[in-house]
Amino acid sequence: MRHASTCRPLILSLRGTALGALLAAAGMAHAQTIKIGLPVPLTGPYGAEAKDQVRNAELAVKEFNDAGGLAERKAELLVRDDKLNPGEAATRTLELIEKDHANFIVGGLSAATQLSINNVTKLRKVVYVSISQSDVINETSDASPYTFHEALNPHMTTQAVGRHVFKKGMRIAFLTADYAYGQEMTRGFTRVARELGAEVVGEVKHPLGQQDYSTFLPRLQAMKPDVLIFNNFGNDNRIAIKQAGEFGMKKKMRFVTPILTYTARVAGGASTYEGVIGGTQYFWGIEDKTPSAKAFNTAFKAANENRHPSDYGAMAYSAVKSLLLAVKSAGATDSDKVAAALSALKYDAYKGVQYYRGCDHQSVQSVLIIESTAKETKDPADVFKVLSVVPADEKLLRSCGELGFKG
Amino acid sequence: MSAINPTLAAAPPRSLPANAFAAIAKHRVLATVLFFAIFPWLMPYQSLAINILIYGLFAVGFNLLFGYTGLLSFGHAAFLGVGAYTAGILIAQYQMPWWAAVPAAIVAGCVVALVMGLLAIRTRGIYFAMVTLALSQCVYFLIYQLPASGGENGLRGVNVAEVSLFGLKLNLLDPLQKYYFVFAFVALALWLLSRILASPFGGAIEAVRENEARARACGFDIERTKLLAFVLSAAFCALAGALNAIHLSSVPIETLHYATSGMVVMLCLLGGMGTYFGPFVGAALFLLIQDLASGWTEHWQLLVGAVFVFVVLFFPNGVWGTLLQKVSHDR
Amino acid sequence: MELTFDLVALQLFTGLALGAIYVLLAVGLSLIFGMLTVVNFAHGAFFMVGAYVGLFAAEKTGSFWLALVIAPMVVAAFGMACERWLIRPLYGRGIDYPLLLTFGLSYMLVEGVRIVWGKSGLPFDTPELLQGATNLGFADFPTYRLFVIAVVAVLLFVLWLLIERTSFGLIVRAGARDPVIVRVLGVDVSRVWLLVFGVGTGIAALAGVLSAPLQGVSPEMGTSVLTVAFVVTVVGGMGSLMGAVVAGLLVGVVESMAVLIFPEAAKVSMFVIMAAVLLIRPQGLFGRAGLMA
Repeated sequence: MRHASTCRPLILSLRGTALGALLAAAGMAHAQTIKIGLPVPLTGPYGAEAKDQVRNAELAVKEFNDAGGLAERKAELLVRDDKLNPGEAATRTLELIEKDHANFIVGGLSAATQLSINNVTKLRKVVYVSISQSDVINETSDASPYTFHEALNPHMTTQAVGRHVFKKGMRIAFLTADYAYGQEMTRGFTRVARELGAEVVGEVKHPLGQQDYSTFLPRLQAMKPDVLIFNNFGNDNRIAIKQAGEFGMKKKMRFVTPILTYTARVAGGASTYEGVIGGTQYFWGIEDKTPSAKAFNTAFKAANENRHPSDYGAMAYSAVKSLLLAVKSAGATDSDKVAAALSALKYDAYKGVQYYRGCDHQSVQSVLIIESTAKETKDPADVFKVLSVVPADEKLLRSCGELGFKG
Repeated sequence: MSAINPTLAAAPPRSLPANAFAAIAKHRVLATVLFFAIFPWLMPYQSLAINILIYGLFAVGFNLLFGYTGLLSFGHAAFLGVGAYTAGILIAQYQMPWWAAVPAAIVAGCVVALVMGLLAIRTRGIYFAMVTLALSQCVYFLIYQLPASGGENGLRGVNVAEVSLFGLKLNLLDPLQKYYFVFAFVALALWLLSRILASPFGGAIEAVRENEARARACGFDIERTKLLAFVLSAAFCALAGALNAIHLSSVPIETLHYATSGMVVMLCLLGGMGTYFGPFVGAALFLLIQDLASGWTEHWQLLVGAVFVFVVLFFPNGVWGTLLQKVSHDR
Repeated sequence: MELTFDLVALQLFTGLALGAIYVLLAVGLSLIFGMLTVVNFAHGAFFMVGAYVGLFAAEKTGSFWLALVIAPMVVAAFGMACERWLIRPLYGRGIDYPLLLTFGLSYMLVEGVRIVWGKSGLPFDTPELLQGATNLGFADFPTYRLFVIAVVAVLLFVLWLLIERTSFGLIVRAGARDPVIVRVLGVDVSRVWLLVFGVGTGIAALAGVLSAPLQGVSPEMGTSVLTVAFVVTVVGGMGSLMGAVVAGLLVGVVESMAVLIFPEAAKVSMFVIMAAVLLIRPQGLFGRAGLMA
């Protein structure tokens, strides 16, 4: 009894060493595999999106391996849970790089996590492909030769959605979550409004994670806008739209949101989201007109019990696919060579041709404008109607000069 | 009248573990330092070891107030955050060298603690906890609004790649060297803590914990003692924050969130309040369980919650505290 | 943007509706603290579980009204089980331990709900009868929110009757004043504690079901609401029901009006109130000095 209690710290440390030795041995056996670290928020409110990202990334890896890999070297996905916490994301990335010797990192769902991951990877010259929205990652403060951004950024989204919705003389109001995402969306929409002659009549900011919007809605109603834009995400978006609808506001104005996600629509339900217009980077419904979408959907459904890929999930597919295409093209896993190959790459993963712009490595891609369908249809995944596809164009992005890049 | 022969029976021989423990307790700083010198080899990867050191230091600072002085604060995230952001902003935006930024962070933490303490010390018990919570939320709000902090995006660019002192060069991109860099600070802090606890002040704070009225009757200035304990506690936490900023090269805004305050209470309780080594055991246990559990299942929070409930029910003195009790009672 | 009377009146009413939910939560928390001197960190989790159980009951029975009755009872029973097996062993050890235990319990409850019902939220539609808006003269106000205000008012009246006019209530009041003497007088305090904890958590669950049509249900809905509940309870005075009511409405209205005047600070306004009240009157507005100091 007495010995057991004093042996406890010893046992703990022995277990740690044994675990360490085992893992080192496992590492040795896979010395040749191409390791892609994937830190995503499996815990927390975006767990469903994260899980779909894992499934999609696995599909991209599988396709690469089935096609022979890189001269017999197979790719391997190392999934880690970053718990939607930037500190945790940085620790996981350090673990992936130091302990698992990951060659590349793909991941990060919130702006804060991707920025903290990027901060770790760029110091250590590891190629990182980010798959979440942020304007900041394109700016000189955070960009680097090894940082690539596959997802849309708020600026692109707002230019596309704004141009579709705004008309001259329209009154625009914003309900904005008071953090970077919301502020970036407002900035982008305001710019489009000014160009098209629409009038921004006001903005109400709310703290992140707000659960009751009743205190903000009267002010917005008093502004008498034609269009109310919800510059928030996830639960905030769902609850705000629901409550605004209950205050009778949907009858008086158009509800628009820059990013309309599949999971928010499913969690919110058909009646809450009815008539809401938004943007997204992918919806499976474009497969009728886009061959690469059809191929991607078919492959994904075959591997995942007939389930459709979601928007955020498909981003992970595209990111890993473009990364592995670059690895193949470079013929190596060396960071500099792969970064150069990625910069030169033109790829059509799932919705048409995309490429990474030179100065900030932003993936130039199309933006879909969608509207939420009114009633529940036969297929529970058929939740959106594609109103238009804004083609890939650098004009949707901020210019290199504006971002601070020289030359 | 028979002679009273008051020879006492010889004390029973102490068991080996109790002897060893007594010896270690006498030189606790040395023992702890030696343990942590070999620690990186006991952990699956060095960044985890660094995290344990940093969170352990955070818990040590908190323990000074909670375990030794008996004041439960729910606002200690403020000091971790102020330390992290001060060091972070000075390094990232003003290019200050680390040997100036880290002490500046400690000073900043102490100043904030002084202000908070002056306001909070007048309240007692659960109200003290609530006031510290409220004040730390105000700190959170203020720093969030500060443009230099990066708000929700966090503060990036705290890049200290290389450290040189007295000719010794350390490459902080190498995890093992980074560990020893952090370790040097933690060792110094632990030595300081030991000095504080062994001093008359150390006696005073434990007196306040045991019986405040009696301590006052003995002539101690209770408000001064509590305030000093509060500020010293914040100094350790601010140091932990500064080290964390350098370790991750960034400062997440979550550092200031009350969930972080809640976490440090958990760490202290898990390890053992009022013990010297307990906070590190708590930090190690918490981080290891989290690490291992999140590798097995995405529902690791259930496991962590269950472990916590289990410890509160059956190990009220924490893991290390219970261990110490068992050993010291085995004579 | 001018502050018209209509706008201010609407904002005031909104604050009342917001405050009504805060009041419910604070009452439960205050009851539990006043009687058991337990700081229930799992209160937000019980609120959330109540919402989910309500959703489940509404789906199974097809009736929102039944769910409104079933969910609080189910959660109260569960709460009583928690008190009996998890919290009671900790009495006498100091107020920190039940606080910490309920903290760990909240982790378990949140994750448990995630396992059973998934990680993303679920929709909860407002019952047909209460949909739409009512014209109050100065503006259209959602009918459902008026219903919430009404329910809370009725419940508070019932609670007042219970506490002021029944022998059970007498014991609760006496226990809040001096638990030792109550025990000396021969009252089986453990039975009372069990019931009080059940009532407290049941009220939290009711608040959850009432909130569900407002914002849907999600596993995280309890965490943010917990902070508000604490602030309101502390401002009102721990153990005082009148305090919970006054503080709840006060915080709701102040938060609502702050949005009109200084929106960025709306969320932190309640902490400023809390800090101010505690510094001037450390026991809260209606709390008794020396209670759990």
